[in-house]
Amino acid sequence: MNNFFEKSDISRSEAENIVSDTLSKCDDGELYLENTKSETLLLDDNKIKNSSYNSDLGFGFRAISDEIVAYSHSNEISKNSLRQSSENLKSTLKSVKGTYNHEIPKSNKKYYDNINPIEQKSLNEKIKILNEVNNYLRSKDNNIKQVTANFLGEQKSVEIIRSGGESLTDVRPLIRFNVSVMLEKNGRKESGVYGVGGRQSYDFYLKDENWKSVCDEALRIASVNLESKPAPAGEMKVVLGPGWPAILIHEAVGHGLEGDFNRKKTSAFHNLMGQKVASEGVTIVDDGTIDNRRGSLTIDDEGTPTEKTVLIENGILKNFMQDRLNARLMKTRSTGSGRRENYRHIVLPRMRNTMMLSGNQTQDEMIKAVDKGIFAVSFGGGQVDITSGKFVFNCTEAYEIVNGKIGSPIKGATLIGDGPSSLKEVSMVGNDMMMDPGIGTCGKAGQGVPVGVAQPSILINKMTVGGTKL
Amino acid sequence: MVKDQEFLEKKASYCLGLAKKLGATGSSVIVNNSVSETVNFRNKKLDESNRSDDLGISITTYIGKKKSSISSSNLLDDNLNILIEKCVETTKNTPEDEFNSLPDKDLLAKEVKDLNLYDDTHIENEQKIDYLKKLEFAASIDKKIVNTESSFTQNKSNFILANTEGFCAGYKTSSFTASSVTVAKDEKSMERDYDYSSKCFFKDLDDAGELGKKVADQTIRKLSPKKIGSEKIAIIFDKRIAKGILSTFASAISSSAISRGTSFLKDKVNQKIFSDSINILDKPDILKGLGSRNFDKEGVKTDTLKLVEQGVLKHYLIDTYNGKKLNLKSNGRFGGTSNLYFENGNISFKDLLNSKSKSLYITETIGHGSNIVTGDYSVGATGFLVENGEFKYPINEITIAGNFKDMFQHITLANDLEFKYATNSPTMMIEGMVVAGK
Repeated sequence: MNNFFEKSDISRSEAENIVSDTLSKCDDGELYLENTKSETLLLDDNKIKNSSYNSDLGFGFRAISDEIVAYSHSNEISKNSLRQSSENLKSTLKSVKGTYNHEIPKSNKKYYDNINPIEQKSLNEKIKILNEVNNYLRSKDNNIKQVTANFLGEQKSVEIIRSGGESLTDVRPLIRFNVSVMLEKNGRKESGVYGVGGRQSYDFYLKDENWKSVCDEALRIASVNLESKPAPAGEMKVVLGPGWPAILIHEAVGHGLEGDFNRKKTSAFHNLMGQKVASEGVTIVDDGTIDNRRGSLTIDDEGTPTEKTVLIENGILKNFMQDRLNARLMKTRSTGSGRRENYRHIVLPRMRNTMMLSGNQTQDEMIKAVDKGIFAVSFGGGQVDITSGKFVFNCTEAYEIVNGKIGSPIKGATLIGDGPSSLKEVSMVGNDMMMDPGIGTCGKAGQGVPVGVAQPSILINKMTVGGTKL
Repeated sequence: MVKDQEFLEKKASYCLGLAKKLGATGSSVIVNNSVSETVNFRNKKLDESNRSDDLGISITTYIGKKKSSISSSNLLDDNLNILIEKCVETTKNTPEDEFNSLPDKDLLAKEVKDLNLYDDTHIENEQKIDYLKKLEFAASIDKKIVNTESSFTQNKSNFILANTEGFCAGYKTSSFTASSVTVAKDEKSMERDYDYSSKCFFKDLDDAGELGKKVADQTIRKLSPKKIGSEKIAIIFDKRIAKGILSTFASAISSSAISRGTSFLKDKVNQKIFSDSINILDKPDILKGLGSRNFDKEGVKTDTLKLVEQGVLKHYLIDTYNGKKLNLKSNGRFGGTSNLYFENGNISFKDLLNSKSKSLYITETIGHGSNIVTGDYSVGATGFLVENGEFKYPINEITIAGNFKDMFQHITLANDLEFKYATNSPTMMIEGMVVAGK
């Protein structure tokens, strides 16, 4: 574990005293300390283009009274800096008084090992694999014009010191391996991207040369797109494949069920608790407790152990995702969903691994049930307007469906829908739930955090497909 | 207070010296400090205060044609010692790349002009609170507004860029930003809209009351939207969306996309890619400009470029590495454009609205639907139906799609350019795009 006070002019007990003194008349708050080491290795255009290493150290000091949050952060863990932050917090909260809530649940469970993935594999080994990736792909297909592959490795150590000196710690490994290829054939260019990752060592993803399957998948997607025709425009039936397409769930309902938007009543879901918001058979959970997953956390960034939170059960809205602030103001408990990108940012209620659970139907049944529509297999990213409920996501691999059969691949198009109503349009839920490969980053209020998604194949009766073919 | 030049220079020269001692044949370093203070309001009450003090250093070391880099927020000497040692060690083990090098000495900026980018004024939190009170009061007058969230940020930054070619320069910049998001509600719908004002100098910031009223008006007019059918129709992009199309153009002419062959604008220099009347400039020396600068992130002097003249592409945006690869000289665009804009068109905003019997006026797009490899564009959109120059009703849950290669050839610009952002466009009309709705 990181000793944040080792090289500092302030001792742990002095820091604890400043925390307790600053927070004594507040409802909540903590000193959050963070030390992140990360590396990037990038192969591009036949060369190792970038080898970089980052070491980031800092603290964020937070005090909350009633609805008011005061926050101050700095890179310098020093007496001076901590005192200056303390003064800053006190001046913001001078007119409000609270009672500190010392209660925080405890758990001994851990969902990943205390490892530093960066140190587990030498630079030369990593460079060797990237070169092998490049050679493997370029020898596989003559139309390949560009290969980009990269490793991202990270170890984040955090400590949370609460009023009274209670300390909570976590060490979080995270890695990602991405491959992107561009093909050119008869003057037409198309690309394909695939990646894997999670909270474990590089070796887990690279053993037995299974990096080849990542390469194959990126190449397959690019090859499919090379044959794609313009996508249709208008409302139609959409079959989504299992796994990563669950970013639909993340955008359509996930964000709208975060506690802050519902406390502020700016979410399209704020008055729908206990009501039917999805078709029968649709159950959605947000789970931070799956071993080694990208979105999993042993404790959240406020120190609360994470859990599996049921959001929608058989179509009925059951819970929002909460951090401590929004839970207190909405008179409920934190679901262990308080997260921040790093010490520079305040805590917000965020998703972890958001999953729609399996139903009984098969993907074949869904395709057969569609006269005219599209089958979407892979996606780029998505976005949502929380207030109007409108959300989009971008297909990167999709096919037309004609008379119950999968037809030609179609060009990438944006799909748009309405969050509160789209899950009521789900008419079949597949029996093939799959996790995503571990590549998702969710953005909210300028903060990116790693997340996961999962779903089975689903059939949606009506969505608008943003193609160019009328 | 933001750290002074002397402190940053001392750190920079320490790093260059140490890297040399450890065996680097060349190196460059950026040291920066940024101090921000933000106050947030919600529903006319204080909601959050946030003070941030960010230090950062990033170092790139070269050994011949080998290169590696490190960055850190911990500027204590013993941490820098460990990191620079690691950086030089990694450099030794990284394969050579013939195009790796520091910028050519004769391209480095020789003088640092004062572009009027720093306002010493300090806005106390009490003043920020006064501004936000006025803003939110104006934003909440109409009963249909059910939530307001506003924020005021003061930022002061300083940096030094130094390299072993003898370059060492940097300067302070400031920004003052006020923003607001409001939510409006009626029986049928709930809608959100936003606006902001960002300036180098506090006194140039928009009036709080005017900003609040503007955001509220923009939100209320979006209430009770309809969905329209799928059709081919002229699209008019509000300035705040039109500038995004200009940004996509800029990423498609970046020398990295060009040298990697992953841009639909590769090999298009001296070809006509826009309609005849289109001129695009990137002008780094606008006084108080939000994108203004003397040199790029490598220290290369940044001059004004006329990127597009009468529809013809004239330049890529070139940095040292990709320039060498393309056999072109850097034009000081490492890190992208400075103040990028379309020159004004010939017709007024009103005439543009009137030019078609029916068109769509787009005020917001969502999704990441721009593909610079193929030029394909498809995004979710909200806006208004315009008939005979009149805004008829709000529309949402539609997508708009096309391909930039065609879209660029069918642009008509109004003459209402203003410098509100670093990248700016007049109101823009594009014909021939497809709307998908019902």
